[in-house]
Amino acid sequence: MSRWRLVITLAACSTLLTPAFGQDRTRTGGDKDPVVLKINEFIAQGWSDNEVKASEVATDEEWLRRVYLDIVGHIPSAEQALAFIKDTDEQKRTRLVDALLADPAYVRNMSTIWTNNCIGRGTPRRVSRTGMSKFFREVFARNRPWKDVVVDIITAEGHFEKNGEVNYILAQMQNNDDAVQLTAKTAQLFMGIQVQCTQCHNHPFNDWKQDQFWQLNTFFRQTAKVDHRRFDENTGRRVDDYSEVVNRGGFDGKVNFEKRSGLMQVAYPIYFDREVELGKYVDDMNLREELAKFLVQPEVEGGAPLIAKSMVNRTWGHLFGYGFTRPVDDMGPHNAASHPELFEYLSAQFVESGYDVKKLIRWIANSDAYKLTSKFGETNKIDDPAAGETPLFSHMYIKSMQAEQLYNSLIIATNAHKAGKMDYDAAERRRNRWMQQFVTAFGTDENDEQTTFNGTIPQALMMMNGELVEDAVNLQSGSFLHSLLTGRGKAAEKVNTLYLAALTRKPSRMEINRVNKLVRGYPRGAEAAAWQDLFWALLNSNEFIFVH
Amino acid sequence: MKYRTPSDMSRRHFMQHMATAAATIPAMNFLSHVQANAAQVRKNQKSCILMWMGGGPPTIDIWDLKPDSKNGGEFKPIDTAAKGVQISEHMPMTAKVMDNLSIIRSMSTREADHGRGRYYMHTGYVPNPTVVHPTFGSVVSHSLTPKRKALEIPSFISVGGGGGDAGFLGMTHAPFVVDSNGQIRNAPSEASKKRLPNRLAMLEAIENGFIESNRGELPKDHKDVYVNAKNLMTSTQMAAFDVDKAAPGLGLGPESQETKDAYGTNGFGQGLLMARRLAQVGVPFIEVNMGGWDLHNDVFNTLKDQRLPQLDRGIAALTSDLKQRGMLDDTVIVWMGEFGRTPRINQNVGRDHWAASWSTVVGGGGLNNGQAIGATDKDGLGIVGKSYLPGDVWATVAHALGIPLSTVHTSKRGRPMKIANGGTPIAELIG
Repeated sequence: MSRWRLVITLAACSTLLTPAFGQDRTRTGGDKDPVVLKINEFIAQGWSDNEVKASEVATDEEWLRRVYLDIVGHIPSAEQALAFIKDTDEQKRTRLVDALLADPAYVRNMSTIWTNNCIGRGTPRRVSRTGMSKFFREVFARNRPWKDVVVDIITAEGHFEKNGEVNYILAQMQNNDDAVQLTAKTAQLFMGIQVQCTQCHNHPFNDWKQDQFWQLNTFFRQTAKVDHRRFDENTGRRVDDYSEVVNRGGFDGKVNFEKRSGLMQVAYPIYFDREVELGKYVDDMNLREELAKFLVQPEVEGGAPLIAKSMVNRTWGHLFGYGFTRPVDDMGPHNAASHPELFEYLSAQFVESGYDVKKLIRWIANSDAYKLTSKFGETNKIDDPAAGETPLFSHMYIKSMQAEQLYNSLIIATNAHKAGKMDYDAAERRRNRWMQQFVTAFGTDENDEQTTFNGTIPQALMMMNGELVEDAVNLQSGSFLHSLLTGRGKAAEKVNTLYLAALTRKPSRMEINRVNKLVRGYPRGAEAAAWQDLFWALLNSNEFIFVH
Repeated sequence: MKYRTPSDMSRRHFMQHMATAAATIPAMNFLSHVQANAAQVRKNQKSCILMWMGGGPPTIDIWDLKPDSKNGGEFKPIDTAAKGVQISEHMPMTAKVMDNLSIIRSMSTREADHGRGRYYMHTGYVPNPTVVHPTFGSVVSHSLTPKRKALEIPSFISVGGGGGDAGFLGMTHAPFVVDSNGQIRNAPSEASKKRLPNRLAMLEAIENGFIESNRGELPKDHKDVYVNAKNLMTSTQMAAFDVDKAAPGLGLGPESQETKDAYGTNGFGQGLLMARRLAQVGVPFIEVNMGGWDLHNDVFNTLKDQRLPQLDRGIAALTSDLKQRGMLDDTVIVWMGEFGRTPRINQNVGRDHWAASWSTVVGGGGLNNGQAIGATDKDGLGIVGKSYLPGDVWATVAHALGIPLSTVHTSKRGRPMKIANGGTPIAELIG
């Protein structure tokens, strides 16, 4: 038991305390990529235009934790953190971004994000989550051009497991709604514009007219979903088999819709002002393929295609917490971008790169702005998008971990990934089951949902009392805490390891004092409980749950 | 000048109560006289119960029937306990308590998309990219919680979700989402309750450093939420969530099977029963979600066989129960969804989204109930006369709850925001 004593003398720990890290920019990469330099230039211009002074560069620890969470979807392990902190290579931040982009966890993280974007967290009926996520795994593993990915999804046909991309369409066709939801969701998710309200009337703030919604809708009206059933020999009943997306014939290319005035009007397949030449037999055409052709062309008024801008905006928003527009999927003249020139420039570069998603992330993650601390002060306190101000990116913005990030991080923090390897699908299924406790459906047929993993009481209860954290702090033989406590090393070093595992940093002297004081209050023989409670507290802390 | 009874009730209101009390024989008996008196002794804390109809209910088939129009559909209207007010034949139990409710038949709200409509109806504001407006439950929580020192459980509870965000009022006023079975997920075991004080002391030591490191408000919000979670975990008021539990000091017993059946043994009915218990312990705002209204297809069969029987039973039971307990005048009932549905019946015998002319319902709260306010034209396509916005409904609720309409919140950007978007209480209801 004595080896488990937490009480540490100051003398013992002072040698372990390290000075403040990385305040100089010399060890922060200084990436020479011209796109990165250009991003830096645009962002710095915004600072001087608004008379703010940017925050300091983040310490290695702060930056490391953030870049792991953003790119691979979990915190770094204690060993990874130590190794990075010790590394004296000037290019180490740039090197790490590359390493993380090459990590299989990047593929998993991006697949999770895009599967959730496309079909939600609660899988709708007759949709294959496995199929959708398999598609995205291949997309991100091969770093396929985003343009091709969008085209694949928009023009998808076939079996929901063999052609996993069809699941996006299946998820939007839950309802016999003339592809209204498919139209609205496609505009929002891939084109970054919100047109759902124009189904019934002209857009209140921008140029979108009601007929444009229905013009876009016409492209999807050949699309149909077929749910196959089969005979089950064991039960003698017919049961659900596979589902598929097909193109049906008999659509004449015209959609009737009702104006608010009650007048009926006709819409034809038109993408903004570009019209499809309808031949004599519309059945000979594939209208979704026609739409895909428009989607990859530059916009009429110049500028990158919407599918490029939308991806750039989302990716920027993913890394900074705020995109160039708020929300990221509501672009348009009614919603001015925070940095319009940078947004245009970066979108053009993305197109130029062949829609290279990894390159896009690399540019943003290597920018000066991404390296800043989330602390801010008098010189940039006006840069507060949480209060509704335009983001200037003069400091990092705090974001809350997503439920998946939390789950994966707890596994890393407790070394559970090293104990007994589970295969990919089994691990995914286990995580998805755990995720379901946070999903609440709204009760509409559009299969929209919200999460209670939103920083409110249910999330706090899960962290305080849930199985996941109880497992993390358990002391059974073979657990992380057990191995740490029965392993070699002084108590002070073990406290350091706990902090590193949970918060990616060592405790300050003051923190050690506070913890020591509390530990002295535990009865003799209850040292193990003190360790458990400390780790519980670290995992329940604000510093743990926020990406900062 | 208005005549007022000593209890500050309007004369008309008073007369209505006298008349209906004599005329209606309660269909259900929720408690003995002894219990009833005990209930009335408790001081009258006001609350609001919002019944949220996720998906957008076809109010033309429920509250504002058009039997003589081509848009009228399959249902017939029936008379109710409110003189001159007719509702759907599939709402017979609610018809008997209609004198305690009022229909606002002239809602005109513009937003006919689920997300936008949900936001607009809950907040009174149309979505705006630079600010998140608080859902009205958060507004009520923010206004009334400071006066409810004895309340240990969250002051805004959403049964089944859908309640939106607290926006600039902060995380502590966000809805606490529970399932209609009343089970709180991840409630603490006795063992973890014992360890809580030590653990929270450790947490305090760690959290404060991050709060003081100048990273905005989120780190502090996190701490506040944990304080609320701790209060909830250790409170005897938790019993209000569980219809089978008694909370002796709070005047709550386990609910009888008869009562459960009266509300309906479905999620909505049991959610309403829980809502009544929560109102009894002083929770100022409870939202109960009932989904499945997005009836683009087969609207009449679905209504007749599934939705309306549950709705009818739930509304009738809640209204009668509150009344018998003497709680109805202190509890405002609101019934709404994100929009109504098209008067025109589509080719799939369904109705699509429609925000231009539809109905919401309010009740209890000491309002002048038993009325139908406003009207739609003969085909249900437009409003005849004055129309109302969600802000007007919420202003009426605020009035009934005693929240001053002069209340102005300040967004994080410093912009002043009038309560209920500056809506006006509906004159006929508060007269």
